[in-house]
Amino acid sequence: MSVHQLINLEKVQEIVERHGYNKNKLIAILQGIQAVYHYLPAEALKTLSKLLKIPLIDIISVATFYRAFSLTPKGQHVATVCMGTACHVRGAPKILEEFERQLNIRREETTEDGQWSLETVACLGCCAIGPVVVVDGDYHAHTSIRKVPTILNKYRK
Amino acid sequence: MKRVKKFKNVEELRKTIDEQEASRQQEKKRVIVVSSGTCGQARGSLKVIEALKKAIREEGLKDQVMIRVTGCHGFCEAEPNIIIYPDRIFYQKLTPPDVRTIVKETLVEGRVVEKFLHRDPLTKERAWYENEIPFYQKQKRIVLGDNVFVDPTSLMEYLSIGGFRPFLKALTRMKPGEIIDTVKQSGLRGRGGAGFPTGIKWEATHRAPGDIKYIICNGDEGDPGAYMDRSVLEGNPFRVIEGMMIGALAIGAREGYIYVRDEYPLAVRHVTLALEQLYKAGLLGEKILGTDFSFDLHITKGAGAFVCGEETALIASIEGRVGEPRQRPPFPAQKGLWKKPTCINNVETWANIPLIILNGADWFSSIGTSGSKGTKIFSLVGKINNTGLVEVPMGITLREIIYDIGGGIPEGKAFKAVQTGGPSGGCLPASMLDQIIDYESLTAAGSIMGSGGMIVMDEKTCMVDVAMYFLNFLRDESCGKCISCREGTQRMWEIVKDITEGKGQPGDLELLEELALATKEASMCGLGQTAANPVLSTLRYFRDEFEAHIYDKRCPAGVCKSLIRYAVIPEKCTGCEACKRACPTGAIQGTRKDVHLILYDKCIKCGACLEACRFEAIEAQREEAIAIVREVKP
Repeated sequence: MSVHQLINLEKVQEIVERHGYNKNKLIAILQGIQAVYHYLPAEALKTLSKLLKIPLIDIISVATFYRAFSLTPKGQHVATVCMGTACHVRGAPKILEEFERQLNIRREETTEDGQWSLETVACLGCCAIGPVVVVDGDYHAHTSIRKVPTILNKYRK
Repeated sequence: MKRVKKFKNVEELRKTIDEQEASRQQEKKRVIVVSSGTCGQARGSLKVIEALKKAIREEGLKDQVMIRVTGCHGFCEAEPNIIIYPDRIFYQKLTPPDVRTIVKETLVEGRVVEKFLHRDPLTKERAWYENEIPFYQKQKRIVLGDNVFVDPTSLMEYLSIGGFRPFLKALTRMKPGEIIDTVKQSGLRGRGGAGFPTGIKWEATHRAPGDIKYIICNGDEGDPGAYMDRSVLEGNPFRVIEGMMIGALAIGAREGYIYVRDEYPLAVRHVTLALEQLYKAGLLGEKILGTDFSFDLHITKGAGAFVCGEETALIASIEGRVGEPRQRPPFPAQKGLWKKPTCINNVETWANIPLIILNGADWFSSIGTSGSKGTKIFSLVGKINNTGLVEVPMGITLREIIYDIGGGIPEGKAFKAVQTGGPSGGCLPASMLDQIIDYESLTAAGSIMGSGGMIVMDEKTCMVDVAMYFLNFLRDESCGKCISCREGTQRMWEIVKDITEGKGQPGDLELLEELALATKEASMCGLGQTAANPVLSTLRYFRDEFEAHIYDKRCPAGVCKSLIRYAVIPEKCTGCEACKRACPTGAIQGTRKDVHLILYDKCIKCGACLEACRFEAIEAQREEAIAIVREVKP
């Protein structure tokens, strides 16, 4: 996905309509927009500001407060390493470091070719099977440093 | 899924419950229950279900066997698992080929396949039946227990275990005051962490002036290491909703919200499905069952902010704003959502309500200790054999949970500490194992009940690293409104981080304690007020470990990277080359069957060799170079 791809703003209109132009639904609307574009494009937020009649700064304030929102585009694949306490004591920090080494990016970054984003999450709530890594929605249980390349290769074509 | 019809009145619903219950009683088929919550699915339960269906079809057993896909049963260690009813044979850790064997052997031939049975980590004995497994024996599963019996996506299944009888009782035979009195007498306290008496909260909201009132279910389970709310919402969403409907009757609310974390997609899906069916059945909406009771219930998804578990922040989030807490009073019971009286309870609290209404206050208050009634679900995770969700009566000891239910520490390692209450809680050492668990005793010990996370740590866990972990979490999640919390957590983190890197100095611990106290005293909401707990409790019980890091530049557990280096123990090394293959930087030298050597200038201390070695021949040793750093420092 290229950063300069034209954004189809009709989708934003649709989402806002679905929520009845209700300012109180701002978070749900932003979730809807993110579900479509995988991030919150600046153009979409500007349009949203006009449609809902809220200052852009207030939208940005909400969008940057919550961890689920991203103002930059995500990679084709997203690897999320769980950093919950149970995963932590079972070695999650080392697994995160291995992902950083393998992908040659830091946490919360995207590779230059736009293939991979590396993210962390506070806890996924499946502590029994930690350390847990989620790639594109698939849960990988009991991961280890050595399993990291295998997991990545599964998604590389 | 069984079809949902619209219930026009109380009688129709009652009749359907009777019919559904009777049809379950008369079920002649064998039932195979497959646990398929988030953990189960992560471990392949969906493939197991597919294989099961195929094998049953191929053996021509379709008319004799029924598959029930349920939410999580709590025994996450054993996923994916199945229980075959009526015998309750429990098979665990299954793969699709295993399932075909089971269908042939057990369903067709009537033999138990020993190798799939649960084996106790301590006694090594195999258990044939679910109720023989030690993990389940000391539990009292009043809330979680029904997860085994219902398909969480089907209202009819919930009715078939007597679901909505409590609601009918409250609707037809109890006045709001009676419902509130029952909840008060039961002694139920909030399961979200603070333990405020539920009945008193309800009464305050009921009495608050105004026609419009709201109720909220707090499913923003942000404590890392706690996931009971996820399992309840995933495995029995109707129970939670029924609790809320009873609450709405008592409080006089016409509208409610279920706030679920964004990180719980399956819980969101199951709650959404449940709401759809309840609207279709006429159990939500206008004039429910033809009575004057109307109630609308919505689901709101969180967006990944820990602080939104705090009630005023959660309300701000539902209103579409930044989730910053505000000063209390006024409490939500007086001025909550959209400035109207609002009653906000945790998922587990709501799930207890139908049971209390059905069985009475005395039944509930007969379980537990004098100040803490009923059961509590804990997530027993970390360095423990039987990881999973355990529901136990209040008053049980930590030892019973960790050893009798949890099966002790893996690989024969020594127990070091258990962390309760998440980032607001604390770490309790081995000397506290005989501590009973209730709200008061955990607070006295320097921790809290919290939402119920219980993370077990062994000798290989560094307590300074754990303190740093929680401070890092809190400084990240602090909303930044109060300077004491925003800066306090940041500074404490910097100090502890320095200590883990061998840069600790005399006086650091005193400074930490001072900062901890200031953060606690000067912050407005629970996050800041309790932010110091992980530091204070680790300092209280594990001060020597901090001192070893500061004065000896040594990490006794061998965790803190700057203070260790990996070395091969020549006596134990078999020369198998496993570590050499695992090393990402080529830092390990040695030929086959010869003792290997780690080159320190190439080693990045990633730990891959330690993980790869099957002979415990890699050891984390004290980093000698640190001694020089110490000499240079004044």
